Amino acid sequence: MNAQYVAAIDQGTSSSRCLVFDLQGRIVSLSQKEHEQIFPRPGWVEHDPREILRNVIEVVHGALDTGGLDVRDLVAVGIANQRETTVVWDPHTGEPVHNAIVWQDTRTDALCRKLGAELGQDRFRDRCGLPLATYFSGPKVSWLLDSAPGLRQRAEEGDLLFGTMDSWLVWNLTGRHVTDVTNASRTMLMNLETLDWDDTLLDAIGVPRAMLPVIRPSSAIYGEAGESLGGVPIAAALGDQQAALFGQTCFSAGEAKCTYGTGSFLLLNTGSRPVLSGHGLLTTVGSKIGDEPATYALEGSIAVTGALVQWFRDKVGLIGSAPEVETLARTVDDNGGIYFVPAFSGLFAPHWRGDARGVIAGLTGYVTKGHLARAVLEATAWQTREVVDAMNADSGIEMTSLKADGGMTANNLLMQFLADVLGVPVVRPNVAETVSLGAAYAAGLAVGFWPDVESLRANWHKAAEWLPNMDQAERERGYRKWKKAVQRTLDWVDDDD
Amino acid sequence: MPKPIQSIERASAILRLLSGRTRRLSLAEVAGELGLPKGTVYGIMRTLLSVGFVEQDPESGKYRIGAALLHLGSSYLDGNELRTRALNWADWLAARTNESVRLGTLHDGQVLLVHHVFRPDNSPQVLEVGALLPMHATAMGKVLLAYHPYLTEELTNGRLPRFTSGTITDPKLLAIELEQVREQGWAASLEELMEGETSFAAPIRDRQGVAVGAIAISGPTERLCDDAQPRVELVSYVREGARTISRDLGAVPW
Repeated sequence: MNAQYVAAIDQGTSSSRCLVFDLQGRIVSLSQKEHEQIFPRPGWVEHDPREILRNVIEVVHGALDTGGLDVRDLVAVGIANQRETTVVWDPHTGEPVHNAIVWQDTRTDALCRKLGAELGQDRFRDRCGLPLATYFSGPKVSWLLDSAPGLRQRAEEGDLLFGTMDSWLVWNLTGRHVTDVTNASRTMLMNLETLDWDDTLLDAIGVPRAMLPVIRPSSAIYGEAGESLGGVPIAAALGDQQAALFGQTCFSAGEAKCTYGTGSFLLLNTGSRPVLSGHGLLTTVGSKIGDEPATYALEGSIAVTGALVQWFRDKVGLIGSAPEVETLARTVDDNGGIYFVPAFSGLFAPHWRGDARGVIAGLTGYVTKGHLARAVLEATAWQTREVVDAMNADSGIEMTSLKADGGMTANNLLMQFLADVLGVPVVRPNVAETVSLGAAYAAGLAVGFWPDVESLRANWHKAAEWLPNMDQAERERGYRKWKKAVQRTLDWVDDDD
Repeated sequence: MPKPIQSIERASAILRLLSGRTRRLSLAEVAGELGLPKGTVYGIMRTLLSVGFVEQDPESGKYRIGAALLHLGSSYLDGNELRTRALNWADWLAARTNESVRLGTLHDGQVLLVHHVFRPDNSPQVLEVGALLPMHATAMGKVLLAYHPYLTEELTNGRLPRFTSGTITDPKLLAIELEQVREQGWAASLEELMEGETSFAAPIRDRQGVAVGAIAISGPTERLCDDAQPRVELVSYVREGARTISRDLGAVPW
């Protein structure tokens, strides 16, 4: 049988998924499996890399089985992964020396503050485009190497390897120790201009060069998978948000998307030059296709959006499933005057405040669970508004519509409210699974399944559009209240916490 | 996994049956539709009454869903849940057929649109989620009627309004058509709501096999039909989409 499909592995924060796509970019089949979230202490989040590897192989076979396909029907596999999550393993045994430290984990807060010292959190921004924050991999690696005796020395001698999730998977599937340039751009260890590891950053943060993977393009054949995946070429890797930007076919400067999942991530393609932010955004690599020049992006990262709905479901228990938050929210007409700022692990863009913790502001005896549900949803929209304002200021271009994707686009109330508070139309593409689609596109380009990026644009179709329907005064009043609520989250964490 | 508890399964079936109705049902009607002995249904119904999940009309003795159950969050037929679970496959259906896709559930004797995917041609279209459509003139409505026979009786006791020259307004003809829908597992509306517009729908079933909703494609008759006959490949996509979503509804929520 002729190979005629591309598979995408989406190794996400809460689950691993595999989607199979056809030449038109349409979903053929899907399989997914959740993995355990390990919380050793408040603020710490870990995953078991071995569980993730097992799940990834299982979901690829699951998706093939569901679609009645064989691994020989695949021309290539692409990987999109949760970014920054840090794995360190022993190449001789293949065993991780520690659980993966997840991007949400805040254990490096003190280390980041120490690294910033009097120079502040923007100390490395001109080199790597990122502020010093617990989010990024470099400080996580450094913490890990100091967490047990002997680790740092083994790393210096090349007896330990570091990788983000893409690297861990590709090493296990093909035996090559590589990472892609978009994942590397999230480590704080890569220089944005040279697209190579930067000795100044490595020395300052304390990560030995000997343990680092080779940085490769996002779309390139890294190697052939071993027996577990029947020798199929592994031909792409991108950080999940960069993959979504690619899957939304935002190939030109000025095109932007926002993906609504556990967290939410607004990325704007800025073309072949990195744009440094003056408003709390990240400068990152968008993609690099083979030998072509890299494409850069500005990113507004929001740590907690869908995660707030999950928390509301699992920890508060007022709803039985995530979609029911909309049902509960529709039992009332407004938020009853409350604003929920979910600074569970500090605030990301545009604030970057690790010392912030969540608040529900404006509580009165009038407030019901319906108002709470509404505030939970509105939090996602207001956080997007803050990032859009920063994006407009940095790029000097007013956003005229927002391409949204991800699981939360199924929430109609949220999408309408988002259009209302942004004051611009919000559109959803036909394939909401843009993370997977982007990885599939990049892998398909590497093996010639698609000739060029322009051929992919024809696959993008509008599936829904929400138009703003809120008057300006109400929008600005709500935004003012939101900003006041944000102020109340700051400076909560003390040194002795 | 331990064996399912039969009485809870039966109680759930009773609640699902009552939830799809706008009028109260008698004990005999519930027993008849579920194919259970009246005595069995009576015992379960007394328990459901005592916990407030059903209510009984003091005069007629007939039953309906109780307020206590509604306050649980209406999750048993939650349109938002259905939309979320169907999102990928509704997109898939629109991409395969190049037509717009809609998902509907029963709501007060009408079809409530819980999801809408635009026709994938980037033409201007308006989101119709929340709109109510007549049951007898739409493919989704016919599917939902076909799997909820008591509702048909209720609906056809009143007048069936005419929208086009093709609208079925005779209850007897509608009953014959619904019988056919049950047999073939899908329904069509051939210009019965709007001139020039055709739609095909198939049922979305939950783990118990109850039709909790319907999924449909709609478009101009010349694209959906050949010589006034539904195009077979389009109908099979609709049915495949409905089956896939149904299978997912039996799965663990995300």
